[in-house]
Amino acid sequence: MSDVLDRPDAGAGFAVVGTRPVRPDGFDKVTGRAAFGADLVMPGMLTGRIKRSPHAHARILGIDARKALALPGVKAVVTGADFPDLASELVEGGEAASNMRDLAVNVMARDKALYEGHAVAAVAAISPAIAEAALDLIEVTYEPLPHVIDVEAAMAPDAPLLHAHLFTEGLESRPTLPSNIAKKHQFVRGDVDAALAAAEVTVEGRYTTKAVHQGYIEPHACVAAMSPDGQCQVWSSSQGHFMVRTYCAKVLALDISDIRVTPAEIGGGFGGKTTVYLEPVALALSRAAGAPVKLVMSRDEVFRATGPTSGGVIEVKLGATRDGTITAAEVTLKFQAGAFPGSPVGTACMTALACYDVPNFRIVGWDVVTNSPKVAAYRAPGAPISAFGVESAVDQLARKLGADPIELRAKNGARNGLKAPYGPTFQAIGYQETLQALKDHPNYAVPLGPNQGRGVAVGFWFNVGGESTAAVHVGEDGTATVVTGNPDIGGSRASMAIMAAEVLGVAAEDVRPVVADTASIGYSMLTGGSRTTFATGMAVVRAAEKVVDELKRRAAGIWSVPVEQVAWQGGKAICLDPAKGDTPPLTLKGLAGQSARTGGPISAEVSLNAQGAGPGFAAHLCDVEVDPETGHVKVLRYTAAQDVGRAIHPAYVEGQMQGGVAQGVGWALNEEYIFDAEGRMENAGFLDYRVPVASDLPMIDTVMVEVPNPRHPFGAKGVGEAPIVPPLAAVASAVSQAIGVRMADLPLSPPKIRAAIDAKGA
Amino acid sequence: MSKIHVTTTVNGDLAEFLTDPQTTLLDALRDALGLTGSKEGCGSGDCGACSVLVDGRLVCSCLVLAAEAEGRRIETIEGMAKGGELHPLQQKFLEHAALQCGFCTPGLLVAAKALLDANPDPTEEETRYWLAGNLCRCTGYDKVIRAVLDAAAEMRQARRAA
Repeated sequence: MSDVLDRPDAGAGFAVVGTRPVRPDGFDKVTGRAAFGADLVMPGMLTGRIKRSPHAHARILGIDARKALALPGVKAVVTGADFPDLASELVEGGEAASNMRDLAVNVMARDKALYEGHAVAAVAAISPAIAEAALDLIEVTYEPLPHVIDVEAAMAPDAPLLHAHLFTEGLESRPTLPSNIAKKHQFVRGDVDAALAAAEVTVEGRYTTKAVHQGYIEPHACVAAMSPDGQCQVWSSSQGHFMVRTYCAKVLALDISDIRVTPAEIGGGFGGKTTVYLEPVALALSRAAGAPVKLVMSRDEVFRATGPTSGGVIEVKLGATRDGTITAAEVTLKFQAGAFPGSPVGTACMTALACYDVPNFRIVGWDVVTNSPKVAAYRAPGAPISAFGVESAVDQLARKLGADPIELRAKNGARNGLKAPYGPTFQAIGYQETLQALKDHPNYAVPLGPNQGRGVAVGFWFNVGGESTAAVHVGEDGTATVVTGNPDIGGSRASMAIMAAEVLGVAAEDVRPVVADTASIGYSMLTGGSRTTFATGMAVVRAAEKVVDELKRRAAGIWSVPVEQVAWQGGKAICLDPAKGDTPPLTLKGLAGQSARTGGPISAEVSLNAQGAGPGFAAHLCDVEVDPETGHVKVLRYTAAQDVGRAIHPAYVEGQMQGGVAQGVGWALNEEYIFDAEGRMENAGFLDYRVPVASDLPMIDTVMVEVPNPRHPFGAKGVGEAPIVPPLAAVASAVSQAIGVRMADLPLSPPKIRAAIDAKGA
Repeated sequence: MSKIHVTTTVNGDLAEFLTDPQTTLLDALRDALGLTGSKEGCGSGDCGACSVLVDGRLVCSCLVLAAEAEGRRIETIEGMAKGGELHPLQQKFLEHAALQCGFCTPGLLVAAKALLDANPDPTEEETRYWLAGNLCRCTGYDKVIRAVLDAAAEMRQARRAA
């Protein structure tokens, strides 16, 4: 099922870290008690609904809400006119910055609808049925405009223009005409043209991916209440309630201190809940109606109006020597951003060659606005797309050279001391160890049968740190509460409890982790960027250490010895003073019970800005069988190896790896946004947008390689994102080998595979 | 619009509520009866997050009208643990870390219980096809399938011992 490799101090040094306790929130989640975004009910609550544009691109000539407001039971209607226009301003959300002007217009359209599903008005009423009926009574007059969704079509000089104010950034001189190209990114090292010209072997390819959705099962949901004195309460499912607070304050021009956001349990996010869609609208409706308002999206709305990630075009050219040394790489990326600038093409550029030591490269990325929903972060944003192109090209190179695909990657692979293509110098990375682990896995030696293929691919993700706060409170019975401000999206409460327990010297079960609202704990950046176990975990460890320092001081006072003569071991204070050799230890429980007499409550809060998140590397192996009659791809075996730094709760680390693989397999084989000629999404439901189901997948073997991160107290590195980077190319290369045709356009649907087989035979 | 009076049994208890003709069983469970363990992920019967048993049959409660509950026996996630003691499936989901966000978990558990009620010794493949109507976006299903097979084995052993 899984192995843990390279743990230098396995079994030594840690009592709780690396164990697999039952998660502290588990009971509620297997019994239906856990309260997610749509589960909260407030007294006097109204139901909200959002009216959305049926056009992919249209000027809004007028909105008449009089009939809707006249319907009995309707309490409020809001439109773009109820929201202030904001200046262009980038605000850090956690993983990436968002432009507040664009965010506000995405939340509620102003003069133009920029994609089908763009919110144009919202209503609050006393029942869902009345709210629904009121939507039909809101009259919106549109002037439909030509639209563009294909990324290369949007880049053309004569393409329909989304924003008259958008001039391409990153060019040598400022352009004179507006364009849909928001930005050019470029990363250059050496002389790529000369190196390609001199290369003994070259491969090149053009690869494409379609927009795909994060596909969290819980639709966006919130309840919001604004009092007449301007005090706001928001309950919502998001990846960061501090992010919700910041964005609501910006969009509605409110003070941050007037908004209190309480996190609901979150039913999946994968990056897609790192922004707001509903919360500012619910607040605006509540302000107008004078009552709490609940807004819950339908699945249709989730697909049409929330962030997919970009569809992209990836062009790759590699040059190498005959012995397999890669000497040059040229990568061009064109990404759909959706209706506003800000596709993940920048991170796609930065990660494109991060697994490799290539002396000459030129990576160019184009960020292009299109008449489709504004893309949102999706698990390692951008990296899977560029890796699909680069890893497919490396696979082609391996086949052309007759080289082992893992050995070729190891030979040209990143090592400690290498200056990464995006700037920093790698330290304490475990990439080579990860490749070796994959090579040693029994899966790599399984013989393949007819119509079967094997693909290998690697992936990189930065992982981030950043601002986090944690508090540790010791109760008078000696149990502890650890409080953080990060929504638990996949078991992070368990890892917080484990890290606090390790420091305090108690069992994980004696620590109760709590995710607190924005008024009850200091600021934390959102749960994203694979940052929570690293950065918030670091705050937890530092807070627990402060608590231990305080416990030692209390013991020193009780024993009348200097604090230097007190050690903390196994949850007990030990007196080191030789003159008091027979002093029995004081337990955490014993010290907590007399805290009132020794100085008061024992607790600590630590806010920090964590630096030194160790980058993550993943290496995957996928075996498939293609049915030549139907074009159906069956994934036979899948093995994922990854440098995880230190697995705090190994079962949830494995879970991250397996989940990333499953999403990547869906991206490779099934998933895509399909638009009709009018730019309307044709498959906005789980029947036609087909995410992998249990019968689509085999067991997913995981190998956790542990090369500890020296910048984290226990060596943790982020683990959530790297595992979605390799699967696109691993699956596509396996399919390509199985049918003998290079498959370069995702998803690899049965008709596409059938067509490739037919074309080969013709 | 006149309401329909529905009398039914939910998790062994008598339940009565008034409903509009077009209201789904899922909405009635969540809104009228306050049983929010059943989740709406799609509203179209594609994700399985709202899975419940009606007279022992596994259904998506978003595709059943509330009025159809009249005289039926409804079982939801809230009724799975008995007197605070978890069902073996619930226990194995926790031990195997078979949930991440936990949103699809109630539906998966109800569907898995229906499987084991019908087939106490399913193969991995039978389990995968039975649960193919329950989408999980977090786990990749690996630990879910292991948890179900482990629970099945434990329940078989308990039955033999009894």
